Amino acid sequence: MANTATMNNASAQEFYLTEEHHVENGTMLGFWLYLMSDCLIFACLFAMYGVLGANYAAGPSPKDLFDLELVALNTSMLLLSSITYGFAMLEMARKRKTATLMWLAITGCFGLAFLGIELYEFHHLIHEGAGPQRSAFLSAFFTLVGTHGLHVTFGCIWLVTLMVQLHKNGFTTVMRRRLNCLSLFWHFLDVVWIGVFTFVYLLGVLR
Amino acid sequence: MHETTSNLQQLLLGRLGWEAIPLHEPILLMTFAMVAVVGLAVVAWITKIGKWNYLWTEWFTSIDHKKIGIMYIVLALVMLMRGFADALMMRLQQAMAFGDAVGYLPPHHYDQIFTAHGVIMIFFVAMPLVVGLMNIVVPLQIGARDVAFPFLNNFSFWMTVSGAVLVMMSLFVGEFARTGWLAYPPLSGIAYSPDVGVDYYIWSLQLAGIGTLLSGINFMVTIIKMRAPGMTLMKMPVFTWTALCTNVLIVAAFPVLTAVLGLLSLDRYAGTNFFTNDFGGNAMMYVNLIWIWGHPEVYILILPLFGVFSEVVAAFSGKKLFGYASMVYATIVITILAYLVWLHHFFTMGSGASVNSFFGITTMIISIPTGAKMFNWLFTMYRGRIKFEVPMLWTMGFMFTFAIGGMTGVLLAVPPADFVLHNSLFLIAHFHNVIIGGVLFGGFAAINFWFPKAIGFKLDAFWGKVSFWFWISGFWFAFTPLYILGLMGVTRRLSHFDDPSLQIWFIIAAFGAVLILFGILAMLVQIFVSIRNREALRDHTGDPWGGRTLEWSTSSPPPPYNFAFTPRVHDLDAWSDMKKRGYVRPTKGFIAIHMPKNTAAGMVLAGLATVFGFAMIWQIWWLVITSFVVTVGAAIVHTFNNDRDYYIPAEEVARIEDARTQQLAGQA
Repeated sequence: MANTATMNNASAQEFYLTEEHHVENGTMLGFWLYLMSDCLIFACLFAMYGVLGANYAAGPSPKDLFDLELVALNTSMLLLSSITYGFAMLEMARKRKTATLMWLAITGCFGLAFLGIELYEFHHLIHEGAGPQRSAFLSAFFTLVGTHGLHVTFGCIWLVTLMVQLHKNGFTTVMRRRLNCLSLFWHFLDVVWIGVFTFVYLLGVLR
Repeated sequence: MHETTSNLQQLLLGRLGWEAIPLHEPILLMTFAMVAVVGLAVVAWITKIGKWNYLWTEWFTSIDHKKIGIMYIVLALVMLMRGFADALMMRLQQAMAFGDAVGYLPPHHYDQIFTAHGVIMIFFVAMPLVVGLMNIVVPLQIGARDVAFPFLNNFSFWMTVSGAVLVMMSLFVGEFARTGWLAYPPLSGIAYSPDVGVDYYIWSLQLAGIGTLLSGINFMVTIIKMRAPGMTLMKMPVFTWTALCTNVLIVAAFPVLTAVLGLLSLDRYAGTNFFTNDFGGNAMMYVNLIWIWGHPEVYILILPLFGVFSEVVAAFSGKKLFGYASMVYATIVITILAYLVWLHHFFTMGSGASVNSFFGITTMIISIPTGAKMFNWLFTMYRGRIKFEVPMLWTMGFMFTFAIGGMTGVLLAVPPADFVLHNSLFLIAHFHNVIIGGVLFGGFAAINFWFPKAIGFKLDAFWGKVSFWFWISGFWFAFTPLYILGLMGVTRRLSHFDDPSLQIWFIIAAFGAVLILFGILAMLVQIFVSIRNREALRDHTGDPWGGRTLEWSTSSPPPPYNFAFTPRVHDLDAWSDMKKRGYVRPTKGFIAIHMPKNTAAGMVLAGLATVFGFAMIWQIWWLVITSFVVTVGAAIVHTFNNDRDYYIPAEEVARIEDARTQQLAGQA
């Protein structure tokens, strides 16, 4: 009797779970996919720069325009911001809220410094008559660098939002996930910038 | 004084003014009056029966994938009416405008119509149809409760609606692009299209594109992470496989569209020189990039329908699908090849013989996996007990039609032949042959197949068959003449012809379009008749066709949580396996189910994005800034909302499941 009951039970359970099915959260995967799609946008802009980058239309060329020392300073700002974001994540692993918030704030400052220098550079170029309308090369340059800058701007807004939420909620699962997503985003922008620095600035001056 | 008023007007309204309303065009005014009357009638009717609250709480703010899917399909069918009206107008114009007769459409209006027709049919009919089907079917087929990101799903839908709203608005406020559906520069640049038409095009596609991209990510994560235990990749239903490949294509292609349209708008708004004729611009970059999106796009559209045909053929032949593994690999091969053929859209534009040969060969290779699929369907039917229900008719109509469309495609893939046929009506006939014969026929097969699952009752078979026969005969009457005209060298997008000997072919084509009109009307009658006879057509079993996959194991329509207990999968065709091995439906021991909560955030954000798009189009800068800031602010506020889920209590689950037990008992 008891034997039959267990057997029936077993064959019923063969077709369904009697407990709630816990699905692994897909946010990190989804965010990676988003980053890869964003990467494709940058790929298009790099391709545009690759094709149009030498079309100066009798205007200035990279050699005339780029100030490598300024760009090196700018690059160091962004690279440092990635390191400090890493420190924030280490503090998160230790569950130290104030320290995390502090490192995030420092990261934001480096981000703003990067944007400030970039805006200064843009302003300077436009002032010299080398604005985005001057030639296809400059259109592609401003769009590629500017799109990256826009991403950093959004990253900063996002950073402030998460800092407020972290202050309010503490280290909940959702909060950790969100900080992880922004971390991916921030480092992704760093990687894209390495591409910009190499292909646009360094190779541009060499050309 | 006058100066100040015009400055003020420009500040407040940008480029918008009374002259944007086409009061001097009787056709547009009539259309507007008709749309307004029908729209007001619908609004009045909903108010009279007091259903606004119901629509808001049960549909507009719903994050239930089944309801979002139904809304997508309603959007697709509504936009089909608009897109088809455009088609009918073009056919009529081309049948009339010979020699001294100029027809009834002035060229600038005709050019807007062919652009709008293409844009609407691809972005706002075919795409919502495909995404809607994936929404309804995929979570059910993999035994999930919903998609991975239910809120995002609702947001995606409303972004698609935003795009559609902007396109519709262009009909009555300003005008639409006159550039053809891909808006090649320099024609679409500011120098040659200074008015708002191209801006409407850009912003409607950008908004809808965001929705599509997010859907793509959402479904990829859903399919990868949320399959029922035991459902390994090679036990996944074919439709889900094709949906997965389509979403890979979406995620890998739509960013390119976003980028290229962004560059075109910079050319138009900021005076950059990406695609201009001077200052080093290169218009061919636009053509390349838009087709790097555009060619995968046609596979985004057709792959899920290949999945539909696979499900339908197996169900109505009473057999399992022939060659499941080859079907999966064929789908994957097509997904990869979809990225290696884009240049065949412009063989004539000077890439040289070697490049053209490469792309010609890759294009021809695509016919191999597609042919494998065709034979798989044929062998599934071979010695099957075929039931000629409406979805099966559409499938057989597809096999016949699509095979011919595919062959003319291989013809066009030969570069020397393409030099003769490029931009001719032969091309038009070819892609309508595959899109109508593939995507639309597949969509109609799917609607007839899954309607009982989504809504709870079957569609009327008689009117379904009437619709099918009108559509398929209308299709061949409308497009065979275009093949012939194309071979004679007639090019596309012409609103007037000089040679009277061609007229007869255009009259036959117009006759075909009228037959298709009857097909569409029959479909509307079918829906109306089915709603009237819904009690007789109701599906009590949940499995009206003898289905093979998990969606048929639950009730029709399924409860909000889809499955009281998550199914455990052992075999391909899980439901077939369960039926064969004596599965007994659980009737007790129910547990509370964790579900996401409805939210209005998606609709609010998409509404704000529509305002932003409109302001960008008309260059109303204060509104651009305001709507942008408010949109970002609203999105941030939404991230502070932690009240996003709830539990359906076990008693409620038990109540719903008991009702179903009684329904099933009543049936037996």
